[in-house]
Amino acid sequence: MTGRSNRRDVPAWRGGVIAATSTVAVFAVIIFGITSTPGWSKFHESFLSGFHFRKSFPLVLKGFALNVRVFVVAFVLCLILGMIVAVIRMIPGPAFFPFRLIAVIYTDVFRAVPSIVLIYLFGFGVPGLGLDRPWNNPVIWGTVAIVLNSAAYVAEVFRSGIRSIHPSQMSAARSLGLTRVQALRFVIVPQAIRRVIPPLINDFIAVVQSTALLSTLGPLEALRRAQNYASFRFNFTAYLAATLLFLAVTIPLARLGDTLVARQERKSR
Amino acid sequence: MSSAEQGDLQLIELRDVFKSFGKNQVLKGVDLTVRAHTVVGLIGPSGSGKSTLLRCINLLEPVDSGSVFVGGVELTAGGVDADDVRKRIGIVFQSFNLFPHLSILDNITLAPRRVRGVARGAAEEAANVLLERFGLLDKASSFPDRLSGGQQQRVAIIRALAMEPEVMLFDEVTSALDPELVGEVLAVVRELAALGMTLVLATHEMGFCRDVADQVAFLKDGRIVEQGTPAKLFTDPQHPETQHFLRRVIEAGRL
Repeated sequence: MTGRSNRRDVPAWRGGVIAATSTVAVFAVIIFGITSTPGWSKFHESFLSGFHFRKSFPLVLKGFALNVRVFVVAFVLCLILGMIVAVIRMIPGPAFFPFRLIAVIYTDVFRAVPSIVLIYLFGFGVPGLGLDRPWNNPVIWGTVAIVLNSAAYVAEVFRSGIRSIHPSQMSAARSLGLTRVQALRFVIVPQAIRRVIPPLINDFIAVVQSTALLSTLGPLEALRRAQNYASFRFNFTAYLAATLLFLAVTIPLARLGDTLVARQERKSR
Repeated sequence: MSSAEQGDLQLIELRDVFKSFGKNQVLKGVDLTVRAHTVVGLIGPSGSGKSTLLRCINLLEPVDSGSVFVGGVELTAGGVDADDVRKRIGIVFQSFNLFPHLSILDNITLAPRRVRGVARGAAEEAANVLLERFGLLDKASSFPDRLSGGQQQRVAIIRALAMEPEVMLFDEVTSALDPELVGEVLAVVRELAALGMTLVLATHEMGFCRDVADQVAFLKDGRIVEQGTPAKLFTDPQHPETQHFLRRVIEAGRL
């Protein structure tokens, strides 16, 4: 029993009861409001059909395996490319000017172009060059487009993380004889990564979402399979299946971010 | 330090060193000689250039003109490997600057392992010897956040010592500490001086400086105004600027 609840003479369980009652009431009003709309029964049949969910889920899940392959590869590649671009932008000296320039142009361009446009350009454009298998596969080039787009964001996240480390850390590392690259690798970047976990998770979630855009190139990923199901069976419940599959990845990803941050805090405190 | 042979080796020599940050001229022609196995104290008001002078000695800041010699090698000549120079010069900062993501042991062994290529086991053994000597062995696996300011600063000194430097630079190492923690850090510096290490200390601890230094230089506005033994400089300063500064220090109860 805390001092505050004693003073107000309110038992501790009362807050919990109020919260539960209020939650039930609010959701009851929302559900009642939605289910009493004129088209509810039709909506329920076409979006929330148990029958069509059971029918479509295995198909959509099969498609989702492709989304998983794409975003896992994209995570790894955009981390590597993002870090390379961020570090290039941080290297001083006139000799490195062209590299910094390329890094700046890259970041500006690939952050600015909508990802669906990039996916079109790469997914339809590059296979048009007449390359041999497997390099004529639109999925590969669609993934490349996702990586180039998200790595531009990741690069900026890393760069701001690196810049947020106080210059005295660089001084201390250099004064011990570490080279600039060693100082970045062992002192600056490890601290920067810890600070950028939350924004990185954001970018990862965006990568997961953008795998759905590959449906526009034709491969049978989750959204494409849901679209096919919807157009053959005149029922949209397959989209619910796709929604749940995306949530099944992105929500744990967000929690993983929280866990990593909490672990770092425990470790260095 | 009173042995006769100490005067022969000039470990550090600065000749007519100038350094500006933008329009702000911080060093305006500094000459300074530090002989091996001696302690040189740098005193002077805040902003007089003490820290910049130290940072120029290990090339953390490039000088604008003039020359810096360490162990007879001119650092300011072209083609000198700055990283190689810094290995031989330890520096300890006012704000400790430990690496917060590394344990105390890893803070100390990082440079020996990565710069000098010492094997992990050997580096940790050497670090533990130093930690034990300075009473911090029980902190080896802690992270910097868990340590008091005095403990952090002692770790920073150990981290610099682990590179076995020829000279140690101390940049107001007690200025960021609570008063009751100053003593433990100064005791470490005093021990290093007693062991015959070459030390250059920028400090506001006048009493300590008088005790431990062989030579004291008074800096004002980027110039060394007066230089001499502590006995001479603290009790019979010649230059009016030095007299003025020391009078203010005494009034503040710091000497």
